[in-house]
Amino acid sequence: MGFFERFFQPSWGVHPDDHKRPAADVPLRILPPPARVYMPLHQHVGGAARPIVLVGQQVLKGQLLAEAQGNISAPIHAPVSGVVTAIGEVTAPHPSGMGFAAITIANDFRECWTELDPVEDPFALAPEEIARRTAAAGVVGLGGATFPAAVKFALGKRLAVGTLIVNGGECEPYLSSDDCVMRDFADQVIDGARIVMHAIGAREALVGIEDNKPEAIAAMRLAAAPWPEVKIRPVPARYPMGSDKQLIQTLTGKEVPADARAAEVGVLVHNVSTCAAVHQAICLGRPLVERIVTINGGAVDKPGNIMAPLGTLVDELLAFCGLKARPARLILGGPMMGTPLLHGRIPLVKGASGILAFDAREATIPPAGPCIRCGSCTKACPMGLLPLEMAARIKAGELDAAVDFKLSDCISCGCCAYVCPSHIPLVQYFSHAKGELAARERARLRTDATRRLADERIARLERDAKEKSALAARRKAERDAARAAGAAAKAQAATTEQPQGASA
Amino acid sequence: MSHAIGIPVAAPHATTSNSAGRVMATVMAALAPATLFGFWLYGWPAVYLWFITVGSAMLGEAFCLRLQGRQATPVLLDGSAVLTGWLLAVSLPPWAPWWIGVFGGLFATVLGKQVFGGLGQNLFNPAMVARVALLISFPVQMTAWVAPLPLFSAGAPGLIDGLRITLNGMPAGYDAVASASLLGFTKTELSRGIDLLASLLQAPVPGWYGSHPGSLGETAAWLIAAGGIAMMALRIITWHIPLTMLAGIAVPAAILHAVDPARYLDAGTHILSGGAMLGAFFIATDYVTSPNTPRGQLIFGAGCGLLTWIIRTFAGYPEGVAFAVLLMNSLTPIIDSYVKPRIYGRDRKGAALEPGK
Repeated sequence: MGFFERFFQPSWGVHPDDHKRPAADVPLRILPPPARVYMPLHQHVGGAARPIVLVGQQVLKGQLLAEAQGNISAPIHAPVSGVVTAIGEVTAPHPSGMGFAAITIANDFRECWTELDPVEDPFALAPEEIARRTAAAGVVGLGGATFPAAVKFALGKRLAVGTLIVNGGECEPYLSSDDCVMRDFADQVIDGARIVMHAIGAREALVGIEDNKPEAIAAMRLAAAPWPEVKIRPVPARYPMGSDKQLIQTLTGKEVPADARAAEVGVLVHNVSTCAAVHQAICLGRPLVERIVTINGGAVDKPGNIMAPLGTLVDELLAFCGLKARPARLILGGPMMGTPLLHGRIPLVKGASGILAFDAREATIPPAGPCIRCGSCTKACPMGLLPLEMAARIKAGELDAAVDFKLSDCISCGCCAYVCPSHIPLVQYFSHAKGELAARERARLRTDATRRLADERIARLERDAKEKSALAARRKAERDAARAAGAAAKAQAATTEQPQGASA
Repeated sequence: MSHAIGIPVAAPHATTSNSAGRVMATVMAALAPATLFGFWLYGWPAVYLWFITVGSAMLGEAFCLRLQGRQATPVLLDGSAVLTGWLLAVSLPPWAPWWIGVFGGLFATVLGKQVFGGLGQNLFNPAMVARVALLISFPVQMTAWVAPLPLFSAGAPGLIDGLRITLNGMPAGYDAVASASLLGFTKTELSRGIDLLASLLQAPVPGWYGSHPGSLGETAAWLIAAGGIAMMALRIITWHIPLTMLAGIAVPAAILHAVDPARYLDAGTHILSGGAMLGAFFIATDYVTSPNTPRGQLIFGAGCGLLTWIIRTFAGYPEGVAFAVLLMNSLTPIIDSYVKPRIYGRDRKGAALEPGK
């Protein structure tokens, strides 16, 4: 960083009202197991899991329901014991409200675990074995990215990552599930972080926690006290501090190059809840079948953190916490980056850190006005982009011009749209453009493939024709040669006859 | 607009309580003290002129919106037309006739803003476009300054007399108050061969307090600066443009004044005269027509200041803020396309950083 830039350091990010309390301070509650759970096959980045159970089959809690498919995928396990009643479609947590495949289990309420295989001393295991067990337990990034954790371990190991960053930022307003995990299960988080360090060969772990969570910082400091290589690092509360790139920069000063992965600068980021899940997977042998989810928002009567089996319907979680008003909007995740849900008959998935039920007041966004070029979005953008310029280009249909402004670097954090005094839905523009560009890219690949195949076909036909004509020519030549040979033989016979005749 | 559950909308689902209307209202509040001081200083004609100009600006905006078949009221409520009219009014001679305000107000919103597509689309600052149009079209009325004649003081025009001045022009009886601004006076004297050392002895020297001839709301430097600093504290504007613009005027002025005090005014006089203060804090900082990045704003502000000083010192007009701002407005798109913030993970040129470094 040059002298000039030190003075003109951009103050990225925004400070939205965090709304985390009182929900964050309410003790963790455990949801009574629901009568039915709907376990989606696709709760992670990568290929959907492939079911290995049959309808009518009896399953135990933690039993494998569907196995990972492909290099990047994760298996699915039974969150409750009971009977598989259906393998069919449920509504996906996606704004489109489209369906996706899920396994339905009718709970027998026996809470009967399948046979587990806990490990006494995880540090005696080979790193590959830790990765294998983590993958088998279906652990994915629980901060919302849902990238299979074991795939990241392998990447970290391969690129010799020295620093593990444990992400306890939880910068999204309203959410406190990571806070709850750090307060109540600090030992598991620290142990999980140390297992991950072992798995990737990291020398140190930096736990970044926003300073608006003093209880979590205290609990984590206490739990980390015996391990000098695990350092608790409070970071300023500022959205999006929990974003990989921003947290890495804040904790290590390193900047992840554009189009590169964090591991390439020697760091790997895992969420605190993921670390706790790794601990459970290795030390208790338990697959990922439940998680802590924040139920919050103005329409919720008793907001707080709930430990719930995966596959529980959102409606049941809301009913457990009580609703004091009809929700005006349902959101999966936080208000800054969360997905709007069309209704509550959607199952809880691995990446669901929160379910927000907003009342009418919270859900009101004023209508968008014209851009006054105030530059608030530019100041807020944590990536140093120019949202107003990109949006203006996209609005005019000039997607390539938006790409020149490095649209691809946008992390969709929502800072720009949040601070915009004209309430322009900037992220919507960017998502639209990214989707359009992706479709265009797919179309390009398809035309390229078609063209290649067509060219190959023409070449093949030409080759065939050439070969055929060559063959025909050869045959003709052979025939001619044979004929010529025959004629020559005949002629020779005649000539040999003649002198014979002459001699006769 | 609230979305019923079931309608997909893009994140974020939260937004700031700020709004364009609130930004405009804050700027107006910051401008109010200097304006009220101007009302007091120049009396009822100034008050009438202000109302006429602001009303005309709103009328022009409403007229254009109606032509487009749009509802005028919600757009007028965002306050941008009022602010445009207000900024124009405070830059006018306080006793200018009514038609100056009407022409200027309509010109500002119709030709300065709506023709480009309305709020956020105009290339040039609408108030300065109107001021320059008036200055070029009606140079006599636009340079008819009056000596301060505070409200309720002896000889100040009352409610009715004031209205008569605004409607019929300055009556003969008030000729005594006709005056010149310092910039205009010294310029004229210099052109007659009288140097500054001599002419300044008779000139109405501007002070921080603002009790000298000048535009309706441009004289009280301390009130304008206070409003500007309040806007900085409220994060409506940043220091980049005001500071560099004032420096752009003061630095060359100070250097050349040191070289030849008989020909060049000193930096303090430059800063306290004419529209320098108002321009630095309220005109050049207009979001729409200034660059978006801090570094671009530094260039823009310095350019505004330097051009102001050059026009004042070497050109035919005694005052150059409006011209300087318009010239720099035309450079804003160029500045914006060359001066961009560095993107995370990339160098200044936009190439990805090397992972090794």
